[in-house]
Amino acid sequence: MSGVRLKDLVGKKNPLTEGHRMCPGCGAPTELRQAFMGIDDPVVVVGATGCLEVSSTVYPYSAWRVPFMHVAFENAAAAISGVVAAHSVLAERGTAKKNIKFVAFGGDGGTYDIGLQALSGALERGHDFTYICYNNQGYMNTGAQRSSATPRGANATTSPAGSVLGGKLQRAKNMTEIAAAHDIPYVAQTTLHNPADLISKVRRAVETPGPAFVNVLVPCALFWKIATCDQVKICKLAADTRFWPIYEVIEGRHALSYTPRTPLPLEEFLKAQGRYSHLFRAGAERADIVAQAQKDIDDDWEKLLRKCS
Amino acid sequence: MGHSAERDEADTNRRVEMTSGNLAFAEAMRQINPDVVAAYPITPSTEIPMRFAEYVANGDVDTRYVAVESEHSAITACVGASVAGGRVMTASSANGVALMHEIFPIAASFRAPIVFGLVNRSLGAPVNIHCDHSDSMPERDSGWVQIYCEDAQEVYDTVMLSVRLAEHPDVLTPVFVCQDGFITSHCYEPVEFLQDESVRQFVGTREPRYPLLDVDNPVSYGSFTMSEHYFEIKRNQIEGLNNVSRVYRELSDEYVALSGREYPMIDRYMTDDADYVVVIMSSATGVVKDVVDDLRREGVRAGCLRVRMYRPFPSGEVREALSGKKCVAVLDRSASPGGVAPLAAEIKSALYMSPDRVPVFDYIFGLGGRDFFPDDARRVFQDLMDMRYEDGARYIGLLEEDD
Repeated sequence: MSGVRLKDLVGKKNPLTEGHRMCPGCGAPTELRQAFMGIDDPVVVVGATGCLEVSSTVYPYSAWRVPFMHVAFENAAAAISGVVAAHSVLAERGTAKKNIKFVAFGGDGGTYDIGLQALSGALERGHDFTYICYNNQGYMNTGAQRSSATPRGANATTSPAGSVLGGKLQRAKNMTEIAAAHDIPYVAQTTLHNPADLISKVRRAVETPGPAFVNVLVPCALFWKIATCDQVKICKLAADTRFWPIYEVIEGRHALSYTPRTPLPLEEFLKAQGRYSHLFRAGAERADIVAQAQKDIDDDWEKLLRKCS
Repeated sequence: MGHSAERDEADTNRRVEMTSGNLAFAEAMRQINPDVVAAYPITPSTEIPMRFAEYVANGDVDTRYVAVESEHSAITACVGASVAGGRVMTASSANGVALMHEIFPIAASFRAPIVFGLVNRSLGAPVNIHCDHSDSMPERDSGWVQIYCEDAQEVYDTVMLSVRLAEHPDVLTPVFVCQDGFITSHCYEPVEFLQDESVRQFVGTREPRYPLLDVDNPVSYGSFTMSEHYFEIKRNQIEGLNNVSRVYRELSDEYVALSGREYPMIDRYMTDDADYVVVIMSSATGVVKDVVDDLRREGVRAGCLRVRMYRPFPSGEVREALSGKKCVAVLDRSASPGGVAPLAAEIKSALYMSPDRVPVFDYIFGLGGRDFFPDDARRVFQDLMDMRYEDGARYIGLLEEDD
């Protein structure tokens, strides 16, 4: 990706100290480290309730090297609206630095579900901030419940795979397109296997005046039931099966950032994770769900290509 | 009310205007010129953000006005702006207040000194836009200061005091400035305003202790805190409220010198030698005071005690004012279904350790804006004089009782 050189990234400080409490194999700290490689100015972070928040702020410690505020679950975007509003006055008055960047982090629960209203309001009002969704496709902080980001067929604790039902019955909501529908200056979707892509997208997001939304697919080893060392591998499979297209929307124009030369069948992404194992159990295969899930992503890809043309 | 030399000086620039409780609040906001206002419309508080938005649109203030998409986001944005280091104000009522409920204890725990215009309105269902205190009373344990005003003048003056009180380093606690919906918020009455310059001098600028925007000294707000530390944090927060009465008295002395107007935590009207006292809050107080005047002319030693500060509750002052009375009636404008109504519960609790156990009669009145008439107050005094005690609360002004 253009503009990202390894030598510029060397020595960039991780916003989190060592010793935070996130699980081995968790994608959230990887995402955070990569995201901050795209930001040169001082940063103030607001976090929604979730794994990242509880694991990074266990009192009397804090793993944050930058100012951090967590208010509640559904309102990270509203909270950062207030911070940004105060900053514009205080910077004018000279009691705060002018060049601060504002970044809100929310999981998919805090973004797609309970936080959608506050996010929509903040995007519409046009505050200068970047919202990064760390999207592990369910409620991990409370124990792998389904969210509206959970894909069809996934075995979540509130959409469990049973003898009748094969996991979540509905497809995932397309939050990236919902954000883009707000006609904000910058929207992007990516994942973790290509750091240069995430870094350059966050750089563009924070450098663009006004609101920006970045949706990052982030594995949860516990929910997805993958080996902790397979984080990058599974992200690459998500991109190569077109399960998670890598693209951006700059001033309303869609552009693919990555096109798999030969797209892999979705099955390869599904079979690599325990959360779909019930779909492939010998004698009880759910080819119908796999086929429908494949159709979901084929339809989405077609729609996306039309927007990119 | 006191009268001072400073006041005489101020008199040369007196500005008295006919205005309402809402517009008096908005005018106070204009003069205070807060850094951020985030608000969402709801009857009967809507006029406050509406009028303030005009000040913003006309460049009368430097405030960033965040017109959010819900009350939940309004109070959240206020918390964000306050933690960032700004001076922050907002207003709401009824269901809007209820929607904000989750965030009130967070604001208090962050020691975010927000000043909040709470225009009292009944909570649905059924939907009713008129006054009672069922919206603010559920927030009494949220960790905020609660001050209930009788009229528009008091609303204006209380906003000034509240900015200083909330931001005082020994208090650092958000404040609800409550006024009765429509009765106070929409009725026009003469209000005397301070000069803009006097307000600027009195409120000064906020000096935040640990602003989120201090990127060179990063702090974390809203951390995950387990049993080892949570209790201590809550205890510290309670100390902030315990310091209110001392700080409030100091500020009140300063303010009376500036304005000539004084507002003690409880307002005693002919209580010193009274045998019978009615305890009440907010706008209905005037009705009781009128009846006290009538009864005094008839030779009855009647009195009225208005509780202005409900949180922290001035138990000592109340005990001192009510000890030795023959009996006392408490009139609540909200109920605690299945329990003792909020004001009565506090009054009884305050009197429990007094040597003479003063009988306390409970009444509930004015729910959903039901009118409260002098005859209603007179009947309450008659109950006291006849010592007609009843277990549980009696209702004032219910249609079935008038039939």
